[in-house]
Amino acid sequence: MNSELQEVGLLKGLAAGDRKVIEGIYKDHFNMIQSLIVNNNGSADDAQDIFQEAMVVLYEKVRTGSFELNCQLKTYLYSVSKRLWLKRLQQNSRLWSQEIDPETTIQVDEEIATHEKRDAEFELMSQAIQRLGEPCKSLLEAYYLKKMNMQDIALQFGYTNSDNAKNQKYKCLMRLKKLFFSEYKNGNTHG
Amino acid sequence: MDDLRLLDAVERYIKGEMHPDERVQFEQLRKTNAEVDQLVVEHTFFLQQMNRFGEWKRFKSLLKEVHTDLAEQGQINSARLQGKAKVIYLWNRYKKVSAIAASIAVVTTLVISSLVWIIAPASPRSQFEELNKKFSQLEDKTRKQAKEIDRIKNKATSVPQDIPFTTGGTGFIIDARGYLITNAHVVEDAKQIAIQNNRGEYLVDVVFQDVERDIAILKIVDENFKPYSSLPYGLSKQTAKLAEPIFTLGYPRNEVVYSQGYLSAKTGYNGDTLSCQIEINANRGNSGSPILNRKGEVIGILNGRETNAQGFAFAVQSKYIFDVIETVKKQSDSPTIRIPSRSSLNGLDRTEQVRKMQDYVYMVKVN
Repeated sequence: MNSELQEVGLLKGLAAGDRKVIEGIYKDHFNMIQSLIVNNNGSADDAQDIFQEAMVVLYEKVRTGSFELNCQLKTYLYSVSKRLWLKRLQQNSRLWSQEIDPETTIQVDEEIATHEKRDAEFELMSQAIQRLGEPCKSLLEAYYLKKMNMQDIALQFGYTNSDNAKNQKYKCLMRLKKLFFSEYKNGNTHG
Repeated sequence: MDDLRLLDAVERYIKGEMHPDERVQFEQLRKTNAEVDQLVVEHTFFLQQMNRFGEWKRFKSLLKEVHTDLAEQGQINSARLQGKAKVIYLWNRYKKVSAIAASIAVVTTLVISSLVWIIAPASPRSQFEELNKKFSQLEDKTRKQAKEIDRIKNKATSVPQDIPFTTGGTGFIIDARGYLITNAHVVEDAKQIAIQNNRGEYLVDVVFQDVERDIAILKIVDENFKPYSSLPYGLSKQTAKLAEPIFTLGYPRNEVVYSQGYLSAKTGYNGDTLSCQIEINANRGNSGSPILNRKGEVIGILNGRETNAQGFAFAVQSKYIFDVIETVKKQSDSPTIRIPSRSSLNGLDRTEQVRKMQDYVYMVKVN
């Protein structure tokens, strides 16, 4: 019971993007995932990729406010990592050595599916922003991602006043929305 | 313009930044105008996507940082796999390849040793090319002498406009008060030396030359020079590790050029232990360029490349800079040079690292 409560605490920290918490989870579980990947035809780099992707899956889950894993954090990360790695192996038609698999796993197919859909959406956004080019890209990133205010942006980008910066931001935003929605409505979220 | 104001209003409405009165009015507008209503819905969705995208990006880069930190502190078994896991991994990966490789190795060894037998002895130093630019081979001696006399007469303290600089290389600041490091071969037989980058063009003097280690220390003597407050990079005393990623900034052209690669051997040309071999794209003019590791520490000075093999070059290891500084210290007339050991570039991404150090790397022009 106590450890369960502890894990909920961890997950809440993770949802808030607390660096200490992320470090803790990383320290406790990375080595296990690394040996899973390495024992199954993967490299250390693959292990890093897969573990971080599993962390993203977990992060997305707790971001939506659900802190119930129905299993230990360890089992969850192991199951997700294993599923992700199996998928990647299938794509590259490499082999899975079944015999080295001591951990118990849970069903995570649904979670992986949601994760893939989200990932595709983020990829879409990322591409749309890339295609904007400069200075639109930096301008919108400064306002919407770094949450800078218009005065600071005007100063940094060299606009004479914040109204001009605002005007430019508006034009960029319209372009971005057009790019994003044209792809999004085409159902092009698998790329 | 109206659209702009509308979208601005929508954004403030979504973010809850509207005054209560304005909010009531806006909600009224939403009810009566389907287009505005649609815009609010669409924009809410879009902003949500943007926000989540931002968080996702931040989280991913945080994970990378955490990984690097923990690996550096040895808290996770990164990269260097251990014991059984490593053996299994290597065996799985290479079991087919290893048999073929072994047989190829035997054949190759035989062929190479016989070739070496036939070709040797070759002249050992001939394939080594120093990378200082030769602008022109023609030397106008009388003109040079005239300039020299002029210089002595006028005691120049800034760069004269009409000196024809004939060779060149790269140098970088090692002491904020205006000391630079470059290769000794860059400033060999120099009469006048100037350095130049976006910050300005300055006249420099050679303080010390160590031809053996191929290191020269220059001092900016220009009256226009203002000392730096500090240096962004530090100098590493350690020998770099094999396969360590490295990068460099230098002046093979009149423009600063970035290049990256990795450390490919711990010794230099013909087993020279003063230097090391690096896999990097180096050209004439790159001599004297700083070689930095991922953390932004200088680990060497680029000093040459092999003539008949493109792509790899050699660098003097930075620990010898410390030796040279010690030697200089013993010559009592020059002040102590202080080398920074801590790099403030650690953890930054590469474009930031390069941006921060650009002002400290100079083109060295020699006459």
